Amino acid sequence: MNSKITKVTTHISPNESLIFERSHPGRAGFSLPPLDVEESALDEIIPRQLQRDDDLSGMPEVTEVDVVRHFTRISTWNYSIDLGLYPLGSCTMKYNSRLNEKVARIAGFANLHPLASESEAQGALEVIYELQQHLAEITGLPGISLQPAAGAHGEMTGVMIIRAFIDARDGKEASAQRRTMLIPDSAHGTNPASAHLSGFTVKTIRSTPEGLTDLDHLRELCAHGNVAGLMLTNPNTLGLFERNIQEICRIVHDAGGLVYMDGANMNALVGVARPGDMGVDVIHLNLHKTFSTPHGGGGPGSGPVCCTRELEPFLPVPRIVRTGSCSDRVQGKGSDTAIFKLDFNQPQSIGRVKAFFGNYGMMLRALAYILTHGHDGLREATEAAVLNARYIAHGLSSDYEKPFDAPPMHEVVFTDKRQARKGVHTLDIAKRLIDYGFHPMTIYFPLIVSGAMLIEPTESVGRQELDQFIEAMRSISREAFEDPDLVLNAPHTTRIGRLDEAAAARKPVLRWEPKQVDTEPRAVAGG
Amino acid sequence: MRYIPNSPDERAEMLRQIGVASIENLFDSIPEDLRLRQDLKVPAALSELELLAKFEQTAARNPAASRISFLGGGAYAHYSPTIVDHLTSRSEFFTAYTPYQPEISQGTLQAIFEFQTLVCQLTGMEIANASMYDGSTALAEAVLMAERITKRSKVIVSSAVHPQYLEVAHTYVQHAGIELRESLYCTETGTTLPESLAAIDDQTAAIVVQSPNFFGCIEDLKALGDKAHAQGALLIVAVTEAMSFGLLRSPGACGADIVVAEGQSFGVPLSYGGPYVGLFATRDKYARQIPGRLVGEAYDKQGRRGYVLTLATREQHIRRERATSNICTNEGLIALAATVYLETMGRRGVQQVASQCTQKAHYAAREIAKIEGFTLPFSAPFFDEFVVRAPIDASTLLDRLAREKAIDGGIALSRFDSSRPNDFLVCVTETNSREQIDALVEGLKQVSTTKSPRH
Repeated sequence: MNSKITKVTTHISPNESLIFERSHPGRAGFSLPPLDVEESALDEIIPRQLQRDDDLSGMPEVTEVDVVRHFTRISTWNYSIDLGLYPLGSCTMKYNSRLNEKVARIAGFANLHPLASESEAQGALEVIYELQQHLAEITGLPGISLQPAAGAHGEMTGVMIIRAFIDARDGKEASAQRRTMLIPDSAHGTNPASAHLSGFTVKTIRSTPEGLTDLDHLRELCAHGNVAGLMLTNPNTLGLFERNIQEICRIVHDAGGLVYMDGANMNALVGVARPGDMGVDVIHLNLHKTFSTPHGGGGPGSGPVCCTRELEPFLPVPRIVRTGSCSDRVQGKGSDTAIFKLDFNQPQSIGRVKAFFGNYGMMLRALAYILTHGHDGLREATEAAVLNARYIAHGLSSDYEKPFDAPPMHEVVFTDKRQARKGVHTLDIAKRLIDYGFHPMTIYFPLIVSGAMLIEPTESVGRQELDQFIEAMRSISREAFEDPDLVLNAPHTTRIGRLDEAAAARKPVLRWEPKQVDTEPRAVAGG
Repeated sequence: MRYIPNSPDERAEMLRQIGVASIENLFDSIPEDLRLRQDLKVPAALSELELLAKFEQTAARNPAASRISFLGGGAYAHYSPTIVDHLTSRSEFFTAYTPYQPEISQGTLQAIFEFQTLVCQLTGMEIANASMYDGSTALAEAVLMAERITKRSKVIVSSAVHPQYLEVAHTYVQHAGIELRESLYCTETGTTLPESLAAIDDQTAAIVVQSPNFFGCIEDLKALGDKAHAQGALLIVAVTEAMSFGLLRSPGACGADIVVAEGQSFGVPLSYGGPYVGLFATRDKYARQIPGRLVGEAYDKQGRRGYVLTLATREQHIRRERATSNICTNEGLIALAATVYLETMGRRGVQQVASQCTQKAHYAAREIAKIEGFTLPFSAPFFDEFVVRAPIDASTLLDRLAREKAIDGGIALSRFDSSRPNDFLVCVTETNSREQIDALVEGLKQVSTTKSPRH
């Protein structure tokens, strides 16, 4: 073979480099109209010492074609919901409708400036108000703010509301004695982090062998008299409904505390049961979970907070409220002539948690989701999600250890206990699942279950694919006994193998540097 | 329901297979008296056709969205190349989760690594994280980080910082034992003067300034940084108009220790205030104190380069209440949009957009200042926003300009500060043509000299 011809054995895409390594001076991916005003000498309008002096060195110079190919190529290295089951427990990876995307891109919303006057943005405010109404109905909690940008942000907001309420109820001095937030050992890490941010000391509640909150331990902790509240996920992170929820709320309330519910698992409850009816005082929802706004590879999210009437005065400002109808009614401009307003006059509010009104684009998508489903569809989605999880629980129970007997709700936890005898652990099973064409489940969470595999199929998956998933998992279990190395060295089908994360954390390289330009790939990617 | 793959028949068959008598029995673990016995009071399902019609109708009641606009103040109308929305709309990006499984998330991870690099280049800093919710929360997190680093509890914030950013900072730190003190800006220059920072002492963790500040004025970051550093305090710089990075000396080059910014200017739609993306950058030595996710380079056994989430021991899922922040989900897809934007525009494009913004804004300022009775109250240099003082009440003026001329001419500062009734903030970007600017000038002239036709 002619040695001058470099043969590529695989397509270029496995070797797509960083954009900075493709950059070449003089390439351009943009076009702008010519400047149409008289140009001033820059030094005359902005003094030299305030001007940039590095000529933005290092920033890429590439063409539009380069950019399109670059991102299209690297995108193919991602797994995504549109490709198939994405069974991450506690993450609710359900179908992201294109219709919702279209709604969010309607020019009247997408081009609307957040500081436009209220009278010029009535449509936008109405969307917020309408979504608030629906979420209040779904949770049974009437006070609501859509300002928090994600679940953890909603948690912080909710816990600050609890603190502000207790300050107002007991007075600052007595309130200062109530600085304990109770959190079950199965909770998400964001719960204690959010409680800490609000100035609380975290005490951990044990779970029972059945996987539920230990009531005796709860009573014992509440007896100390310093409890401000409880942060509880329900169904909990083991996928089990806390059937003693009313008793739990009673114990906390009797001790002078409030109950915060982490709504991460609302996909098991919408249309079936309402946190407000259970005795919960405040909850956050994840619009990017239960209400299908796209997760986007790590956000944006949206974490509305819903609370009782009692807690409503403490919600962030501004509130979006509806006021009486206007005189347009007589002019025949539609029957609904309500006026929506921003209400800043809330002296007990915890304050603003984000500039403007929250992740508005996510609110549009969530409202479109709710209206597309209607009351029937919302309940149907919950039923289908729970049924799918139960189907997986049933299908895997002969091959994997299921640590809790109780039937799960929308997600189910298994462990690697049996496979571990052959040296095959949860991480290996997860990686091998990739070879079967599935995204792995959530692993090693909740922390209280050794070798946890938390599986949440959501309603967005059909029976054939559930069967394929179950078959893949069973096959991996067989491999663990018959050919453990196959599983231990997985994945075998991806562009790269398992990465050395420990080395990456020891000497972190967090950005590209020009001096590291190295046009020779360290190794040619295999096919 | 068309989003649910299994038909009712298939669901019935699945129930039989798992030995559950009815759908209702799936919920047996929920006490009987807690189960909803009636339908949610949510309307019946809408078809695609009905839904779109409803939202189109609602959107039509946002006339501000189609106006000629000179609104800024933390959200900016810039041109976004067509490919930004197309590439971020790829399923592989927008329907993916946080990249916890690196072998099948390299697309997202590499894009974030490029994002972190771009943020470093723009801000002049050494490291940057994978994003924060927005500029305002990024600033609040920077204040908390400064307290962790210095173990000092006083933070001095310039009152020329965006008022909503100040409010968010107050909310975040109210239980953290941090005392936030506002220092006044100079009412002649419109900037924060080093001599106004008299409260700075050896208990001060940081001083916080925004540049260009809320009034559009460019701060002397170098002088402010020297003042902070002399007391062992950090300089935190916030930037709401990220396009200014294309022209102004980077905060890093001026001695900033933490730089936060709102990245909306980089190809992200206004969308009534969100989702946007917070940029967060700092010095190498603070890598273990930074909030949020970080992506780092890693290699597999064959020596192939890839990217992973790294330094996770700072984060809530490992460290729980001792984490550097409670943040989990951030703004991944918006960070991707900013990355596509910055790579498409590139080094020269960002410079040219920044240059056009400043040239057009200065043209507008010159023309407005020529109108009888209109002045520019601040003397400091500005980038693409500036304050105008009208001869009459600014909010009345702007309301009439919108109603009579269909122009959103700016933001009345009385919304934030009642002592500035006649002042308003005008923002001009590359998207405003000369024709639009001239229409604004003409409109201000007419409206300020005539009586409202309605009143």
